[in-house]
Amino acid sequence: MTDNSVNPGRRNFLLGATAAVGAGGVAGLAVPFVGSWTPSAKALAAGAPIKVDVSRLLPGQILGPIPAWRDKPIFVIRRSEEMLARLSEKPERLADPMSDREQQPAYAKNETRSIRPEIVVLVGLCTHLSCSPKYRPAIEPQTFDAEWVGGFYCPCHGSKFDLAGRVYEGVPAPSNLEVPPHFYESENVVVIGEDEGVA
Amino acid sequence: MSAVEQSFKNFMSWIDDRLPVTEAYEKHLAKYYAPKNLNIWYYFGIFSFVVLANQLLTGIWLTMSYVPTGEGAFASVEYIMRDVEYGWMLRYMHSTGASAFFVVVYLHMFRGLLYGSYQKPRELIWILGMLVYVALMAEGFFGYLLPWGNMSFWGAQVIVSLASAIPLVGEDLAIWVRGDFNMSGVTLNRFFALHVVLVPLFLLVLVVLHVLALHEVGSNNPDGVDIKKTTDETGKPLDGVPFHPYFTLGKLPGIIVFLFLFCAVMFFYPDGGGYLIEHPNYEPADPLKTPELIAPVWYYTPFYSMLRAATFPLLGLDAKFWGLVVMAGAIVIPFVLPWLDKSPVKSMRYKGLASKIMLGLFVISFFILGYLGTVHPTPLRTLLAQVCTAIYFAYFLLMPWYTSVEKTKPVPERVVL
Repeated sequence: MTDNSVNPGRRNFLLGATAAVGAGGVAGLAVPFVGSWTPSAKALAAGAPIKVDVSRLLPGQILGPIPAWRDKPIFVIRRSEEMLARLSEKPERLADPMSDREQQPAYAKNETRSIRPEIVVLVGLCTHLSCSPKYRPAIEPQTFDAEWVGGFYCPCHGSKFDLAGRVYEGVPAPSNLEVPPHFYESENVVVIGEDEGVA
Repeated sequence: MSAVEQSFKNFMSWIDDRLPVTEAYEKHLAKYYAPKNLNIWYYFGIFSFVVLANQLLTGIWLTMSYVPTGEGAFASVEYIMRDVEYGWMLRYMHSTGASAFFVVVYLHMFRGLLYGSYQKPRELIWILGMLVYVALMAEGFFGYLLPWGNMSFWGAQVIVSLASAIPLVGEDLAIWVRGDFNMSGVTLNRFFALHVVLVPLFLLVLVVLHVLALHEVGSNNPDGVDIKKTTDETGKPLDGVPFHPYFTLGKLPGIIVFLFLFCAVMFFYPDGGGYLIEHPNYEPADPLKTPELIAPVWYYTPFYSMLRAATFPLLGLDAKFWGLVVMAGAIVIPFVLPWLDKSPVKSMRYKGLASKIMLGLFVISFFILGYLGTVHPTPLRTLLAQVCTAIYFAYFLLMPWYTSVEKTKPVPERVVL
């Protein structure tokens, strides 16, 4: 063992092996730190489905106070006959009139984006940068749209949606408002946050 | 030599044998030669140290009364403002300090652009400085959520939602950052940890590296002349004077003027007409109600305008994604500035007309973008923001061209006093 010469091959191998084991250790150690940032059990439990009663909701009204599911505002609207008739008026102004992008469960992939034609349930956060759009049901010219037929307007960046939450063409928001999973537990009670028959 | 002096000398020599205190003192202060011709633009680096000290001190004191929870945060800020002795003053020192920090850092960066302080051999100083700036932006962003006012909430909501613009993983990434399905007390609590521990640690390390790199190559000056080229027989630069006492004491009056202005804002205009502390922030965070106008604090508005300026999809990707790309690009591109400038001279004094015009346009666009970020977008404003964004990028991307074709003036051998 008095030979002082260096064996570069062995040295490089040891260096590489040590580095590889060390990198594995760092990756393993990162797991609890990264994992700790995912929603906690408490946050998950607080995100459980909610129930809302729509019996007192009159045509043209939005359910208030705005219910929250997973801390997100939920818009529940009972549309009037006239509002429903307007939905099919000018599909060319909409970016995705047939709801082809998956922003809704399959049972809401229709023109009204709802289970029952008159009642629509939407996550009230703009698909652009998650501001909460304002409900503007009046059919009258607005500063942001001279041909306004009612819908949602986002004050942050000017995105517009119709009364089915479908996004207009040429606004920052890329897609329609999200329809959360929901079902009717009874005539007047909507469960928001899960599909029928899951629980 | 008196007995006191002798014992001090013995004490220092005992220390120096174990820790190079005298050596460091000489290298960084007493024998660090700074150019004689440094002008008013060279105050802002010092000012940023003053503000950094202010932020650290007031920040630590604020944590003593602040409660980082969704339920307690807003009320604890009210408690600091109303019930804690001098709490209002500590908070206003901290909130005014945040804006002052960006004022001095922007002016300090402009100085770098003006006199070519990023050019060889100061590339690393510039890059470290840019990292300080990015850390500062992160620090400001995390800190802005803490009062848990409605603008805090929705401002952070918008910026965190930017993550969701990233294709495929975006939505999960946003949930991971928030630790919840939407912004909540969980998010607030972790932003608090980042704001008071993690980012300040990074910031301090980066500031130290920034200064060490500066002291390795020496300060630039308004003429862009290398003062180390002309030295006396002992090797001292003829155009330099020791940093201490000439600059430490010499800059004291400047610091006093700065603190005077700082105090004027802090005592008389602490909310800066809604620009330093925005009015919706006097309401507690409401996850169900967005304020009528979401505007970030003034120091982010140029980048916010660029984010909004992307309004059309491209290459099959959303406008939202491109907004993120443009904004991130605007922050990343200055990092490579040292390699974009092909000019043989450093200072704007000797550069050609093209450089001067481009720098002027760049500054004007930055101001316009800053203004546009504070108001509602209209089609005309969006167009203006797009033009200004183009100028912002042109300043950097065209620099290799206009700095190499323009005619420069000869640089003198010695600094001009």
